[in-house]
Amino acid sequence: MAENLSQSQRVNHDLITAHVGEVGGLMRALNALQEHDGYIDAANVPKLAKAFNITKAEVKGVISFYDDFTRAPKGKHVIRICQAEACQAVGSRVLTAVALEKLGIGLGETTPDGRVTVEAVYCLGLCASGPAAMVDGELKGRVTAGLFDAFAEDEA
Amino acid sequence: MSKIYVPLDSSAVAMGADAVAEKIEAITGTTPIRNGSRGMAWLEPLVEVETPEGRVAYGPVTADDIEGLIHDGMLEGRAHALCHGLTDEIPFLKNQERLTFARCGITDPLSVEDYAAHGGLEGIQKAIGMSAEAICEEVMTSGLRGRGGAAFPAGIKWNTVQGADADQKYIVCNADEGDSGTFADRMIMEGDPLLLIEGMVIAGLGVGATKGYIYLRSEYPVAKRVLAAAIDRAYWKGLLGDDVLGSGKAFHLELFMGAGAYICGEETSLLESLEGKRGQVRAKPPLPALEGLNGKPTLVHNVISLCAVPTILAKGGEFYRDIGMGRSTGTMPFQIAGNVAHGGLVEKAFGITLGELVNDFGGGTRSGRPVKAAQVGGPLGAYIPVGKFDMPMDYETFGKIGAGVGHGGIVVFDDTADMAAQAKYAFDFCAHESCGKCTPCRIGAVRGSEVMAKVIAGEDVDTNLELIEDLLEVMEDGSLCAMGGMTPVPVKSVLEYFPEAVGRGQKDISMEGGE
Repeated sequence: MAENLSQSQRVNHDLITAHVGEVGGLMRALNALQEHDGYIDAANVPKLAKAFNITKAEVKGVISFYDDFTRAPKGKHVIRICQAEACQAVGSRVLTAVALEKLGIGLGETTPDGRVTVEAVYCLGLCASGPAAMVDGELKGRVTAGLFDAFAEDEA
Repeated sequence: MSKIYVPLDSSAVAMGADAVAEKIEAITGTTPIRNGSRGMAWLEPLVEVETPEGRVAYGPVTADDIEGLIHDGMLEGRAHALCHGLTDEIPFLKNQERLTFARCGITDPLSVEDYAAHGGLEGIQKAIGMSAEAICEEVMTSGLRGRGGAAFPAGIKWNTVQGADADQKYIVCNADEGDSGTFADRMIMEGDPLLLIEGMVIAGLGVGATKGYIYLRSEYPVAKRVLAAAIDRAYWKGLLGDDVLGSGKAFHLELFMGAGAYICGEETSLLESLEGKRGQVRAKPPLPALEGLNGKPTLVHNVISLCAVPTILAKGGEFYRDIGMGRSTGTMPFQIAGNVAHGGLVEKAFGITLGELVNDFGGGTRSGRPVKAAQVGGPLGAYIPVGKFDMPMDYETFGKIGAGVGHGGIVVFDDTADMAAQAKYAFDFCAHESCGKCTPCRIGAVRGSEVMAKVIAGEDVDTNLELIEDLLEVMEDGSLCAMGGMTPVPVKSVLEYFPEAVGRGQKDISMEGGE
């Protein structure tokens, strides 16, 4: 376990130092950490601050500004449902409500067993094929409530 | 074996195009060409087969349809319930005037040879033989205005950056297309990414910049993959690098990923983000054209603006200027979205009416119910009632009624739409996306949402509406950028065109029964 941890720490260290000196290096490092770990571990904040020669407050400020950066791990599956106008026009509000009811959580929350997170996303560029969603990174158009059944059933 | 095309475009992939392509390959042993989308979203995945008469279209096709389609002669272009005949003869496509999107869906997006065989690289080749001043002059002549939403004359920006004296200048492409109802940037980046690269290189030659960045939103995973591959190919083929196509001039290009902030579509916020900071808006002046990325002169342009440049150089600024209407020159890729039967991308000269786009191209609503309104120009655009659908789409006409063409997105709503809820959403969205730097936007959006909730609940409606109007004035006049400054646009359009939705002039229903 300790060995794994140190390996993961080593990876994080590499992800951070790889972007020092690049234009927008902190954003690149944070995107890399988020992609690798699924969230930004608080332990990385002082390391980022040191690597980029800025304060911890500045690092935290950047993390908190962007929706993509999260400070805790998400569920095993992440469902992002578009909440913007073009999808509203084809029923995304009702669709979102149904999905949340099936899973018994609120928007932005994770099921208690840690299986599914449902998030808002503001436009996937599928505005003529709405309602749109992204499930574990895969784009879905003309989504119906049936999409969420598989996630809800396993829940029981 | 005839060529088969299955789009790699997000709108096709979201409807199962990858599985369709796999199935075709499994049955025929031929790998389909993954092209861009032709822009007919309701037909995606749109499979095309090359025949001696031209490409024949089938759609929307699912993986389960493939076996039957092939059995019925799809590979020979035979008739079928899903067949739409020759793609080019489909009225939705035939009635367009495609300049920027001329190649999109036709070519293999990642083939430089295919790109050049279809008119690509003509612009850059001309530009290489011209002086920097002459390149800028051509853009000035074209009358091109920024397609991101602000519609600022591109030529003026180019001249400013060109005239600035600095050891380093930058071209930054704003590919943070966050407006709901818009997908033109995404479509061209996925379907013809080399066009954007060519446009950026020409811009580099024009203003004397040797380094470019594409700031891409993270919600576009397909565009990310295609652009990254296209940049690699462009380096490989010498379109990018230390010696662009043997010109002796350098241009380097990098893809940079955003992280889910709508405000980063505002150019100064984008520059902050590109520098690795919070995407907080900068006060202007200084203009980014003089002090942009890393404090250096920077030409910031939307994807579609940069994609218009190769055509302008290839065919001349005058050719481009002579298309369109008044000071709205050239073509605009309009995007018909939301509750629409035939949604997709329509590139037309400015001057086409909103009604023609929604009804003739779009075919009315997908739900089959009457159209109630169309929001034009994204979340900061006005809700236009059907009664005004004869308005020509050009910057001046829309400006006159306090609306905007924006990035050309049109979101159609049917008669079940709750316009008061849409007005409240405009505030909610602003509250969620505000960078927080200026007070009118940061606080105004929250207060606006609260007061609108009271209006919707029927609480003291007239007084609260007065409060909202006062608040809108403060946001409009006092905000640092368009986020707070234009959030009032959709709200005001609801108050003006759909007064019944907010119960204006009706008595206070919350007090009823209490007396």
